[in-house]
Amino acid sequence: MIGHVVRRLAAILPLVLLLAFSTFLLLQLAPGGPFDAERNFPPEIQKQLEARFSLDAPWYEQFGTYIVGLADGTLPSMKRPGLTVGELIGSSFPVSLTLGTLAMGFALCLGITSGIIGAIRQNSIWDWSTMSVALIGISVPNFVLGPLLILIFALGLGWVPPARWEGLETMILPAVTLGLAYAAYIARLTRAGMLEVIRTDFVRTARAKGLAEHVVVIRHALRGALLPVITYLGPATARIITGTVVIEKIFQVPGLGYYFVQSALDRDYSMVLGVVCFYASILMVLNLLVDIAYTWLDPRVKLA
Amino acid sequence: MTKQVVAGSSLWADAWKRWRRHRISVASAVVLTLVVAFCVLGPMLTEALLGHTYEAQNRALGAAPPSWVHPFGTDILGRDVMVRTMIGGRVSLAVALVATAVSLFVGVTYGALSGFLGGRVDAVMMRIVDLMLSTPYLLLVIVLMAVIPPSQVSIGGLDGSIILMFAALGLVSWLILARIVRGQVLALKEREFVEAARAIGVKPLTILFRHIVPNTLGPVIVYSTLTIPSVMLSEAFLSFLGLGIREPEASWGTLVNDGANAMSVFPWLLIFPGAIMTLTLFCLNFLGDGLRDALDPSASRT
Repeated sequence: MIGHVVRRLAAILPLVLLLAFSTFLLLQLAPGGPFDAERNFPPEIQKQLEARFSLDAPWYEQFGTYIVGLADGTLPSMKRPGLTVGELIGSSFPVSLTLGTLAMGFALCLGITSGIIGAIRQNSIWDWSTMSVALIGISVPNFVLGPLLILIFALGLGWVPPARWEGLETMILPAVTLGLAYAAYIARLTRAGMLEVIRTDFVRTARAKGLAEHVVVIRHALRGALLPVITYLGPATARIITGTVVIEKIFQVPGLGYYFVQSALDRDYSMVLGVVCFYASILMVLNLLVDIAYTWLDPRVKLA
Repeated sequence: MTKQVVAGSSLWADAWKRWRRHRISVASAVVLTLVVAFCVLGPMLTEALLGHTYEAQNRALGAAPPSWVHPFGTDILGRDVMVRTMIGGRVSLAVALVATAVSLFVGVTYGALSGFLGGRVDAVMMRIVDLMLSTPYLLLVIVLMAVIPPSQVSIGGLDGSIILMFAALGLVSWLILARIVRGQVLALKEREFVEAARAIGVKPLTILFRHIVPNTLGPVIVYSTLTIPSVMLSEAFLSFLGLGIREPEASWGTLVNDGANAMSVFPWLLIFPGAIMTLTLFCLNFLGDGLRDALDPSASRT
């Protein structure tokens, strides 16, 4: 177990480096650079700028400079003078993290609850209606849902402000928009898992020894039923990370996601590279946590 | 004693029977056909019946709410939103189909080779897939779409932004398919018919692509139908961010984006394209679900 975790953690570094290199290669192959855009600098200034970011050096030196700079946090942003990539990520990521966590929390609460209800009241009106809503939820793209929710709840009913990011009430709509599709999927997974587990022998045993129904459902059955949900958390996190990009644009949230798109468009190479590495590392650590959670929920699973 | 004739039923006949029982899936197929007809034939019909085309502007009209002449209303430039939704639908559907075809080609070839070659080659090839699956690859697609100028890749009359979209989405959506095909090939290559083919001296690559790969068709069809909606969603997602299809071309993503920007004043700009797109995604998901139940009964249902 501990050996496995250590090995997985050790593998993260080369994998992130590989990914950074692919991104770097992509940026190198793309025509045009960060400083030959709209404004025409005098050639001396252009040279100075390129030298400052070692754009005039051979590619391996450039790559080395970026990686070292990213590692010790001193790599400057190419388009935001005076700020380092580390500072920019540090100031905007907490916002995206809050948004993502709220959305995930919302998705898990709503999804698991309605999944359980659907399973223990199978084929009832409850089951039927939650699953229908879930099916619709999976198909509505979040960039259609977001504007629609703004239209209804902010502009129509005036319950919440339409955009910005100040205080909890401005966070409700973005988190709901981002989380709803995942809630729908989690509801279907929980229901399917629950229906399977609830028919097994150990659940019947638990019932036979006279445990209360809610104890059987929550303490015994749910643990097994959540395994598919846990597996889904890995890919879901990856999609929530990219999902925040759109949500941040719609609701004007000052997070890292939309910032990333802007820096890709502005050809802020150091920022792009930094964000890709940053997100990839987070994702790999989270995937590892998912696997660890798996062994805890299902004692039969052993990490090799 | 009368002779009883037992009619054999093929895999496909069974699947067809199972699929027809999945009512929502059949209904989805019908609705999808209507949506496709709406997008493909619609522009010609509106031109004949209502007399306006895709490019036609009526500046005097500006953004007008839905009416008999313009059932979905008009946008700020006085263009008919219904025709634009149809044309945008053509682009969205085309991107989804072509990118899925690309992913089908790459995924099946990669998965089949990996499973067939086996051993160390297989291990390395599958590690690469795992690695790619564990990265937020849409971030790389964003970088790709942002840094490559569409004008450099346009072929013939097709806008470069559309070509770029085909390539970018096709090249990232083959991963799951490759895994599925590999799993199938691993099991199939131990079967007797493969041994028989080998015994009569069929070349290995011919065995793979003529004898083994056709047998993986069922799951491959199922996962391709599920790839189409996800590719369509990615296209709209990128276009929504301003990284995909560019003016004067339109797709459902760009239309929804335009609509979202003007929704407080002209809500019909958002509602109609958004509704058609959601309907299409909904039907594609259901169609895929139904096909999975019919062709791949062992796959877990969620």
